[in-house]
Amino acid sequence: MLHNLFIGELAERLTKRQISSVELTRHFLSRIERLNPGLNAFITLTAELALKEAAAADARLAAGETGPLLGIPLIHKDIFCTDGVRTSCGSRMLDNFVAPYDATVVARLKGAGTVMLGKSNMDEFAMGSSNETSYYGPVKNPWDTTKVPGGSSGGSAAATAARLAPFATGTDTGGSIRQPAALTGVTGLKPTYGRVSRFGMIAFASSLDQAGVFTRSAGDAAAVLQVMAGFDARDSTCVDAPVPDYSKALGAPLKGLKIGLLREFFEGLEPRNAALIEDALTIYTGLGAETREVSLPHLPLSVPTYYVVAPAECSSNLSRFDGVRFGYRCKDPKDLMDLYKRSRGEGFGAEVKRRIMTGTYVLSAGYFDAYYLKAQKARRMITDDFRAAFEKVDLVIGPTTPTPAFDIGAKINDPVLMYLNDIYTIGANLAGLPGVSIPCGFVDNLPMGLQLVGPHFAEAKLLNAAHQYQQATDWHRHAPRGYE
Amino acid sequence: MSHWEVVIGLEIHAQLATKSKIFSGSPTAYGAPPNTQADLVDLGFPGVLPVLNQRAVQMAVKFGLAIDATVARRSVFARKNYFYPDLPKGYQISQYELPIVARGSLKVLLDDGAVKTIGITRAHLEEDAGKSLHEGLANATGIDLNRAGTPLLEIVSEPDMRSAKEAVAYMKKIHTLVRYLEICDGNMQEGSFRCDANVSVRPKGQEKFGTRAEIKNLNSFRFVEKAIQYEVARQVELIESGGKVVQETRLYDSDKDETRSMRSKEEANDYRYFPDPDLLPVEIDEPFIAAVRTTLPELPDQKAARFAKDFALSAYDAGVLSASRELGAYFEAVITGVGASHAKLAANWVMGELSSALNRDNVDIGNSKVDPAQLTGLLRRIVDETISGKIAKEVFEAMWSEGKPADAIIEAKGLRQITDAGAIEGVIDAVIAANPAQLADYRSGKDKLFGFFVGQVMKATGGKANPAQLNELLKTKLGGGGNA
Repeated sequence: MLHNLFIGELAERLTKRQISSVELTRHFLSRIERLNPGLNAFITLTAELALKEAAAADARLAAGETGPLLGIPLIHKDIFCTDGVRTSCGSRMLDNFVAPYDATVVARLKGAGTVMLGKSNMDEFAMGSSNETSYYGPVKNPWDTTKVPGGSSGGSAAATAARLAPFATGTDTGGSIRQPAALTGVTGLKPTYGRVSRFGMIAFASSLDQAGVFTRSAGDAAAVLQVMAGFDARDSTCVDAPVPDYSKALGAPLKGLKIGLLREFFEGLEPRNAALIEDALTIYTGLGAETREVSLPHLPLSVPTYYVVAPAECSSNLSRFDGVRFGYRCKDPKDLMDLYKRSRGEGFGAEVKRRIMTGTYVLSAGYFDAYYLKAQKARRMITDDFRAAFEKVDLVIGPTTPTPAFDIGAKINDPVLMYLNDIYTIGANLAGLPGVSIPCGFVDNLPMGLQLVGPHFAEAKLLNAAHQYQQATDWHRHAPRGYE
Repeated sequence: MSHWEVVIGLEIHAQLATKSKIFSGSPTAYGAPPNTQADLVDLGFPGVLPVLNQRAVQMAVKFGLAIDATVARRSVFARKNYFYPDLPKGYQISQYELPIVARGSLKVLLDDGAVKTIGITRAHLEEDAGKSLHEGLANATGIDLNRAGTPLLEIVSEPDMRSAKEAVAYMKKIHTLVRYLEICDGNMQEGSFRCDANVSVRPKGQEKFGTRAEIKNLNSFRFVEKAIQYEVARQVELIESGGKVVQETRLYDSDKDETRSMRSKEEANDYRYFPDPDLLPVEIDEPFIAAVRTTLPELPDQKAARFAKDFALSAYDAGVLSASRELGAYFEAVITGVGASHAKLAANWVMGELSSALNRDNVDIGNSKVDPAQLTGLLRRIVDETISGKIAKEVFEAMWSEGKPADAIIEAKGLRQITDAGAIEGVIDAVIAANPAQLADYRSGKDKLFGFFVGQVMKATGGKANPAQLNELLKTKLGGGGNA
């Protein structure tokens, strides 16, 4: 079936004119129509636009043009601004917001000839680990619709797992790509901070946010990253470093690759989860890699550090949503203060408010040093730990999440429990490192993820390691029942 | 009042003369229809990011070099968070802990001829806010964001000034300097150059500063002087009547000539400054500074010293003539024409007739109706005694209004000086003959009547008699009598 093909296979058929982009697009649109109601993975469907873009891609193909993504459908997380299309960020605040421009990520993928099927559901302003904070309702996990798909990019993850598109974009601030990828059994790549432009990506925590992608294989992720990555003069934090050929790097043998086992990741790990990681290590040693234990002594500080830094930045980033120029405005404000208070009070959900309040608090006079400044110091120590580790090993490996997908409603009223879900993913964000989560087996019939984290700009090495694993296993080929 | 000492520090906001804004590509030109010079970055739309304008950095460095300050090798942009409708992002991007320029100083010439050095604590880059408009809008406030994002250099002085006049002298000197450096047009009506004044009083001899009030947004030298004078009197009166000055922000009302409380310290915002994660620290290296240094013009103090030395001018004259680059250039062009030996004559004319004509008609020296070559033409006729200084003033007025060269006017009006001794003697004889009584009085010792005869001769010659010759001849003719 078309929807089980990988991007490379689809591109080949498109190039050979065995299928058209319009046919491919119709195929996915009909799957979405049939299957999405049970998942709620979309906030906005753009079927009409998609068919137009598909026809344009077909015209390019007919003219003899080729390209790894030309004519391939995708879904954009609703955090990316899309010209002329509603961009809600999962919030009532932007329910009426039609972006007047394309994010750089959107523009680049558009230029490569992709076809946008729609905008995916997400935790409000990317704040959440379960997709339950969305104004548009929770997304359901295709492996078990009583379970969460993870978050914040839950819609993109669920849609990719359910084969509603060959790939979907996401953003990862504290694990928002890798954690839902793990919980839905897909490949999720978070590139190095600065590898992909943040321009047009609605900011949650600017120093942590990074755009990435959900695919069903590391090879597909390489093809998509190739288009997304690269310098953008409109983002001052985007790094002007050459973009290697990621697909070409996929063949390299792993012999001699030094893989670090993070002691802190394995301490207290649930035995069935630990067993899956052990299995993965066996595969890797079989492929010629060497493993050794490494320690990141300050890693246990990552969750509290993150929950100071991210809210601090978000409290400021979200100030622009004030009901004055765009977005939600309360009815009949009686004065300016009323306009601010009610527009924001009514436009934002509970988790967003919690983080704005936390962030405002940690930046306040008298608390700044104790919280924000201390968190910055801890962040530096965590970054230094990683740097030291990467002097000894090429990449580090561990679980993506402590547990498989949990029940919808199980943690939403306990923020701390919810935050602990990100315990293995946050470190890479604080240090700005690339990370990938790939399916590595099942616990309680739910997929689990193996996480690989590498040094800055080591995406090629990371994707190759993930690819080699996927050549030796078939976990990434499993489809949830009913979505095969 | 005399036992009180006044302490003043100024925060000057100089709008940098860049073509585009500090963090966006929008133009900065003044006076465009509302909101036509604001792009998505200026409007604070979701997803947009700031990119620093390098020209603004160069200008700040130029200022730092001109005041002999430390140019920070690393400076950091911070967010100043507060809600206001004319502040689209809900924060202003400014510099807080690490400004681009620190610890400079400026020499200021005071009215009594003394030179005082005023310390400059820091100068930092920041973006301006927009404007709220109330006129012509019933029950509504308009927001014009054309000004939002305009680059400002905030120049913060030490509390080194001891009177309103000193404060004005310092502000004028900064005004001169930024225009010399061509980093600010200095236009105060348009708000390109404005200041806040921190004012306090303390008993003479006391070391501890009194509680200060900050007077906001003063946009003329006269207002600075009057606002400070009012504020000093208010504080002294308050203290002497047993009251206490409270730390607060005050507004100067120029119509009523008074300052009014805006908000007290207790009501002040907690701005929750933190480093802006969208902008990298500004790192400036030696080659960058060296390149900026090559763009430094001769500075006002250097020019004044050169004028005083090369042209034997007083410190006061040299200071006035170097108060702007244009004036200095005009003066030097005239000197080139008439020769350095006539510098004092040139200085008197530029500072006298020319300056008053410019002021009277409110014309910039660059648009003077009498250009340096024309003024040179006039001064040459004084030097070669074709006309007297007095007649020259008449010629100048005609040049100013008719735009013709001095010689043409002298010829057309027949203003050429009478230097023919016979002709002057003839007039003297006629005057003496017509005033026998005065002649008798003079000869009997009333020396003062000499002036009367000079006046009569001048009147009869239309002021054209060569004054020196007239004096000589008249003395001989009147003979006998007085001691003249």
